[in-house]
Amino acid sequence: MRELIVTSLTVNGQLRELAIEPRETLADILRDRLGLTGTKVSCDAQVCGACTVLVDGLPVSGCTFLAVDAEGKRVRTVEGLATDGVLSPLQQAFVDEAAFQCGFCTPGMLMAATALLEDEPHPSRDQVIHGLEGNLCRCTGYEPIVNAVLAVANRANGANGANGANGANGANGANGAADRGPA
Amino acid sequence: MRRVVTRPEVPAPIGVAVPRRDAIAKVTGTARFTVDVDLPGLAHARILRSPYPHARITGLDLTAARAHPGVIAVVSSADLPDVHLVYGHAVADHPLIAVDKVRFAGEPVVGVVAEDAATADEALRLVEVSYEPLPFVEGPDAALGADAPILHERPGEQRPHRGFDEDIERTHANVCSTSRQAWGDLDAAFVDAHLVLEGEYHYPMCYAYAMEPYTAVASWGEGELTVWTSGQHPYMVRDDLAHCFGLPLSKIRVIVPYVGGGYGSKSYTKIEPLTAALALRAGRPVRLALGVEEAILTTRGDAAIVRLKTAFDRDGRILGRTGRILLDTGAYAENSPLVGRKAANRIGGPYRIPALDITCDVVYTNTAPASSFRGFGAPQVTLAGESQLDEAAARLGIDPLELRRRNVLSLRERPWPKARGLDADLDADLSLAAEEIEWSVAAGPGRGKAIALSASDAGSEPITTSVLRVLSDGSVTVMAGSTEIGQGSSTVLAQIAAAEMGLDLDRVHLVQSDTAAVSYDRSTGASRTTTLMGLAIQSAAADARAQLVEMATTSMAPDGPEVTEIRGGVRIGEANHDWGAIVRAWFGGAAGEVVGRGYLRRAGATAEMPPFWEIGCVAVEVSVNEDTGEIRVERLVTVGDVGCAINPQTAEAQDVGAAMMGLGMATREELVYQDGNLLNGNLFDYRVPRTTSLPELRTVLVERGDGVGVYGAKGGGEGALNPVAAAIANAVERAAGIRLREAPFTPERVWRALRERDRARAAAGDSVGEPPTT
Repeated sequence: MRELIVTSLTVNGQLRELAIEPRETLADILRDRLGLTGTKVSCDAQVCGACTVLVDGLPVSGCTFLAVDAEGKRVRTVEGLATDGVLSPLQQAFVDEAAFQCGFCTPGMLMAATALLEDEPHPSRDQVIHGLEGNLCRCTGYEPIVNAVLAVANRANGANGANGANGANGANGANGAADRGPA
Repeated sequence: MRRVVTRPEVPAPIGVAVPRRDAIAKVTGTARFTVDVDLPGLAHARILRSPYPHARITGLDLTAARAHPGVIAVVSSADLPDVHLVYGHAVADHPLIAVDKVRFAGEPVVGVVAEDAATADEALRLVEVSYEPLPFVEGPDAALGADAPILHERPGEQRPHRGFDEDIERTHANVCSTSRQAWGDLDAAFVDAHLVLEGEYHYPMCYAYAMEPYTAVASWGEGELTVWTSGQHPYMVRDDLAHCFGLPLSKIRVIVPYVGGGYGSKSYTKIEPLTAALALRAGRPVRLALGVEEAILTTRGDAAIVRLKTAFDRDGRILGRTGRILLDTGAYAENSPLVGRKAANRIGGPYRIPALDITCDVVYTNTAPASSFRGFGAPQVTLAGESQLDEAAARLGIDPLELRRRNVLSLRERPWPKARGLDADLDADLSLAAEEIEWSVAAGPGRGKAIALSASDAGSEPITTSVLRVLSDGSVTVMAGSTEIGQGSSTVLAQIAAAEMGLDLDRVHLVQSDTAAVSYDRSTGASRTTTLMGLAIQSAAADARAQLVEMATTSMAPDGPEVTEIRGGVRIGEANHDWGAIVRAWFGGAAGEVVGRGYLRRAGATAEMPPFWEIGCVAVEVSVNEDTGEIRVERLVTVGDVGCAINPQTAEAQDVGAAMMGLGMATREELVYQDGNLLNGNLFDYRVPRTTSLPELRTVLVERGDGVGVYGAKGGGEGALNPVAAAIANAVERAAGIRLREAPFTPERVWRALRERDRARAAAGDSVGEPPTT
């Protein structure tokens, strides 16, 4: 019999208790046990950032983070970004800027950028570029992704105050929806 | 983004950056990719791969693996007597699992199906294979040697989907195919030459790194096979599955969910036959999800050695060009015969060349197979062709931009006698690139600028169909066999259907890439989807509208008044009726449906080949670090000459993405083989561009309505990649006085070239002094 360890963790605000094999990764249990298939695995070696999820607010690579190490921790995934069907300001900015093409890197990119904005609500362009260096995207060439993160940061600077800064609040979503992309 | 628009007005929502229709799914994590497909009873497969580059399989012991708890099936080629094992759409040379011998390190030898992937992995370790290693060969020059080990003792059968008309010729047992492109009097051209340049250029073995590795799910029903795949070309996969399993095409359903990046690397068949064979023996649905390290061993791009000679007159006009291209296709043909055909076609570039003679040999070596990859032969040969233009400009004392202007083809001028005339104004495009890179302003110390072009005979075969269904409420379902691989086809094709039917975009739904539900499209590649599927949808819409107007007459106004077509419906007397009202009236109830169909073939506007020319036009400004050899692209200009940008946002995005991919291959990306094994087959060691690689970007979209497609559109999405390596090499020469002919231009290669330059200057008695630092 394989060894199983009962592990409790909070995933997108819900307490989950699972019997986990020690070798299972956080990405494995999110995808295969909890049906949260938004998290994607690409390089499987902590290089590409596609599987980035937040554990107690910090971005980690779900492909190499052992699930048992999430015991007692709060895990956030791409499925937890929208609130009551309203996109987070960052998600909305990704839509507006077309900051994706194939979409395979997008969940990890969104989680890494969410952590970046929670840590620094007003990042400079350089801070965004360096903050996302660990997340690969093969389609876009990165420019629209950097622009999307900066759009949220600038909105957080402007009339909407701090609402957009934590990336989990949908207050700015309606504003973003009116933007139809660059003319 | 700057837009230069001289085409006629277009109807909404053409030309509008409407939000992508896959946006919400992709930012919320609900977009379903093949790896997310789950089925009752789904089992999981893992593959044992050859550790040898070339070896005979002398023994297999699967007993222990089969006895392992949780294992459902352990399969080698010996277990598949009922399957036609060798497939290939161009040349049938590729066994879906090794038969008797292996031809590259990483070739599948045994497949294990188990209840979960971890159990399958455990069982792989229990498989015992004995090999008799054979001599192996790397690099096309060695493979063409008299004593070279032969990979394929018998040539594979030539098959109909190779993408060109002529038979494949083989001049050596390791030659997979040979293509020749020739016209004019070459001898006269070289006799008359004022300057002849000759050089050898190397383009690396690259990996597309679609972030979603190859994945397939196969499920057998009553004599029917359903396969979900990450592939770009579901109908080509269907053909190969029919061949392997002896089924009619109609009994095979290939479904492509969202695809996590393609770039050509998911063209044609990959792991689908193997997955289906494993599912057949397992008696269960099977998922085979490769890791990236396996994906690298599944398909890479063709490496190239280009030996090129170009003759110029004293004014820099090209008189003739000749040379030989060697493509390293690895162990199997895959789509490389067509890459070779295209490389020979594309080496002339968009220039007036009175005489040309180019031979391209596609050569087998004991390395992972190469196939389609964005640019498709053009990046490989454009490095050589565009480098020689700048080399000539320097030697003749002519500005490189001016030299290009003297040679570039005019609108409608034919690059070679039987080809469609060029559907672009490249002289004007050159001016735009020059403006955006500020060509007239000298680059600073340690920096250099360059502008480079390419033109690709793109579009592939115009064999495409579409079905457009007008439903009883007047909304429309469009069936389009083109795949959404991230390029935005699901948005752009819906825009075309909405415009053609006169409907709001939210009344149009698109169904893509399901061979049981959606009619035939040859492929999603060669930048063809917007142009060719766009034409098929336009034709299907016209067919539906014609039927609806006729139906309105017979069912709503048989005795007059006259029925006239208006946007989104018809007008009868004073009343307007939408399409749905006509459907309901004709069928005589609250239901019914009208089906329009569009067929596209080599006839009419798409009779001439290629269907369109795909333009690459970029400019760069690079800096060279004299101490480290690192080159950095500081500024990048893309000029996307797309005829009509159906969606300017996605058109621009494709151009920039292509150029950035080209930047990676020009500066860093290269798969390195040593002793028959891939040294850097992982994402640690194979470095692709990161956020920090991002240059200052300027983008231009040019819309002159000069393409064959709807509203004058023509393809984009690959062009901007093709000239990037050449532009960087040319800019580096202007920055640092070194000529780079071997991509990628890694810091080590650049540093060595800089020191070589210093030594040459010292030997010539120049004062070298302190090297400038940047």
